[in-house]
Amino acid sequence: MSIVIMLSLVLMALALCLAFVRLCLGPSLPDRVVALELFSSVIVGIIGVVAIATDVPSLLDVAIVMALMAFMATIGFARFLERGGPRDD
Amino acid sequence: MTELLKEALILVGAIFMFLAALGVVRLPDLLTRMHATTKAATLGASLIMLAVALHFAEVAVVARALGVILFIMMTAPVAAHVIGRAGYFVGSRLWDGTVKDELKPHYDPLTHRLESGLEPERDARRRAGPSDEAP
Repeated sequence: MSIVIMLSLVLMALALCLAFVRLCLGPSLPDRVVALELFSSVIVGIIGVVAIATDVPSLLDVAIVMALMAFMATIGFARFLERGGPRDD
Repeated sequence: MTELLKEALILVGAIFMFLAALGVVRLPDLLTRMHATTKAATLGASLIMLAVALHFAEVAVVARALGVILFIMMTAPVAAHVIGRAGYFVGSRLWDGTVKDELKPHYDPLTHRLESGLEPERDARRRAGPSDEAP
């Protein structure tokens, strides 16, 4: 495994950790939803790098499904929040 | 050459994702956090998918990678818009240093209605009666 792939995986793992900090800390529910969306984007990147490192092109299908599910989850959360009206969490 | 380009794409993509995560932790309110994640994470994932397309260089894989890029580029703005809208509706607080909130005088959070600012003129015209209204 080359040093570039190692370094990029470390960077993206750190990004996951930071997003997790915001997910735990986030003062309101929309902040947490933003952190979850960032999670899915970073995971798409990680899957791409792993596909390059292991030479398995089928992993791209997983990335496609991941992106699709993140979009659906975001839209669902937003609909749920809009129905609720003003809230203070 | 291709190898070098590929490694540069992977590294820059990873750095952009790290910057997005840094922004989501460090920035003060919902809208600025979204400004960090949406753009930087989209660009990072797109660059890494470009590197995947360069690495495999087969028609099926390149088509799939470009499909992922297209999908991310199309859905990220929509998702950000929807979350920002929902966040404003549920009353998430803006940063103390915010200088302008143009929606605030026009939006009523209780009735969930948006005014355009032209209502007084319209109401005055309606009160004056339909007879003197221009056809």
